[in-house]
Amino acid sequence: MAEVRSLRRGEVALRDLSKSFRINGRPLSVLRNLNLDIRSGECLAIVGASGSGKTTLLRVLAGLETADSGRALIDGRPVTGVGRERAVIFQEPRLLPWLTVLGNVAFGLEVRGEDPGRADERARHYIALVGLADFQDAYPKQLSGGMAQRVGLARALTVQPEILLLDEPLGALDAMTKLTMQQELERIWREENVTMVLVTHDLEEALYLADRVLILPKQKDASPRLIGIDLPRPRDRSEARFVRYRQELLREFGLH
Amino acid sequence: MSLQELDRSIVHDGGSVSAKADEYLRRSGTAAGGWLSRYGLLIAVLALWQAASTAGWINPAVFPSVGAILSALWTGISGGALLDDIAVSLQRSGTAFAGAVVLAIPLGLLMGQVRSIENALDPVLQLFRQTSALALYPVFILLLGLGEASKVFVIFWATLFPLLLSTISGVKEVDSKLIEMARVYGASRLTVFRRVVLPGAVPSIFVGLRLSATTALLLLIASEMIGANKGIGFQVMNAQYNFQIPLMFAAIFILAGLGLLSNYALVFAQRRLCRWSDASN
Ligand SMILES: Nc1ncnc2c1ncn2[C@@H]1O[C@H](COP(=O)(O)OP(=O)(O)OP(=O)(O)O)[C@@H](O)[C@H]1O
Ligand SMILES: [Mg+2]
Repeated sequence: MAEVRSLRRGEVALRDLSKSFRINGRPLSVLRNLNLDIRSGECLAIVGASGSGKTTLLRVLAGLETADSGRALIDGRPVTGVGRERAVIFQEPRLLPWLTVLGNVAFGLEVRGEDPGRADERARHYIALVGLADFQDAYPKQLSGGMAQRVGLARALTVQPEILLLDEPLGALDAMTKLTMQQELERIWREENVTMVLVTHDLEEALYLADRVLILPKQKDASPRLIGIDLPRPRDRSEARFVRYRQELLREFGLH
Repeated sequence: MSLQELDRSIVHDGGSVSAKADEYLRRSGTAAGGWLSRYGLLIAVLALWQAASTAGWINPAVFPSVGAILSALWTGISGGALLDDIAVSLQRSGTAFAGAVVLAIPLGLLMGQVRSIENALDPVLQLFRQTSALALYPVFILLLGLGEASKVFVIFWATLFPLLLSTISGVKEVDSKLIEMARVYGASRLTVFRRVVLPGAVPSIFVGLRLSATTALLLLIASEMIGANKGIGFQVMNAQYNFQIPLMFAAIFILAGLGLLSNYALVFAQRRLCRWSDASN
């Protein structure tokens, strides 16, 4: 596995990417001429007002939506659909209710044709990594929201993606669980050496996890802003520099 | 407290012998209570029936005592006559039900998945489903004769639609977000069907199976009232005709029993297959 990991890349490039939808016959421009390079192993956070196109951008990267013009490239190859080097974590855990935790986590590998024994073995490893070893035979109904979200995370990690696409993965969690999960995400990101694109509403979460923060504007004529977060890890939310970054982000949203 | 801690504390509480005995008594007590609250009313009705009949509050020629019915039931079963009727009836409704299952489930899965097939078949389906199977029975007799074929076919016809419709809706109601999730992991169309759509539709298919089983028994009676000389439905009519009222009620009881039995069997199978949907119990 180690040699596979060193070969792993997970670079993302957007070239003049545009996407619009039609709502009641009228076109709605959501992403306009977006250019961006995400480095291998980087954690990029995407923030922006509701409706600014965060999910749309993530779905284009996932291969679930096609761009109108421009290109999204993964490791230099254009995205034409879903791909094995990517895994998506949606806002909801999207677990199969008829499978146990183990079955759900192994699901991704199994549909990719991995031998069930090997899939289970790898699944167990990642279930332990997200701290659910005692619950591998539980059904989704028996899990709390935070636990279910961790199962979704383990399922994504089990396929060992180069790129992890996360759409507000902690949005539905209570404040305490959220903080714990942010810590866990950071650790896993470091240990797995995976490129992470994290859509979030939560500015602190972006500052805690991201190398850079992409701010999508609400008005489509404004251009997106990219802010590098130059802070040592693990980050301390109460540190002066962290607080200064947060003020900077708030200013971007016109808040002080 | 984690699930395991919870488990452990239960084991500890039940640790000593007397605690175990208490636990046992408490459990069997609640079980008896549950049983009573479930069947108490039924028993009371039967007891009232028995009392009313023996005391002459109701005409025993129309409502014979429960004892008389049970003894007619016993004679019929031990003599083998009613057993023959049961076998014939089960064969009719069983064949029809099996035929409906074999046709409706695959067709329903297909119709739920492929829009164009559903669009093409839906108008016909709606028309057939709104036409009472009983109204069509004379047509079936005309086409298939008065023998077994028309009897089985009318039951088959009536059981087909509930099962077909619940299979279709089961497939369509599978969460599209789960399907998208599977696609993201690279599942082929067939894999999505096998691993997501099919298991997701199972609870709804079971609803259809239970509806169809009930319908099969209902239609059985109707079909056996015309041109039959065997079967439980025939026995109900025939006994009434010959004024063997206890035997008539015995046959009705058997019908009710068959209905209960088939429903329990399906509920049991559903519990086994869909343990996940009530995993918290
Ligand atoms: N499938 C679709 N069809 C039509 N319009 C869509 C579709 N998906 C998104 N949109 C529109 O695109 C815009 C951006 O949606 P998107 O979901 O990307 O926003 P978001 O930034 O993720 O918002 P939120 O923070 O609320 O999740 C919205 O105005 C939405 O109405
Ligand atoms: Mg969104």
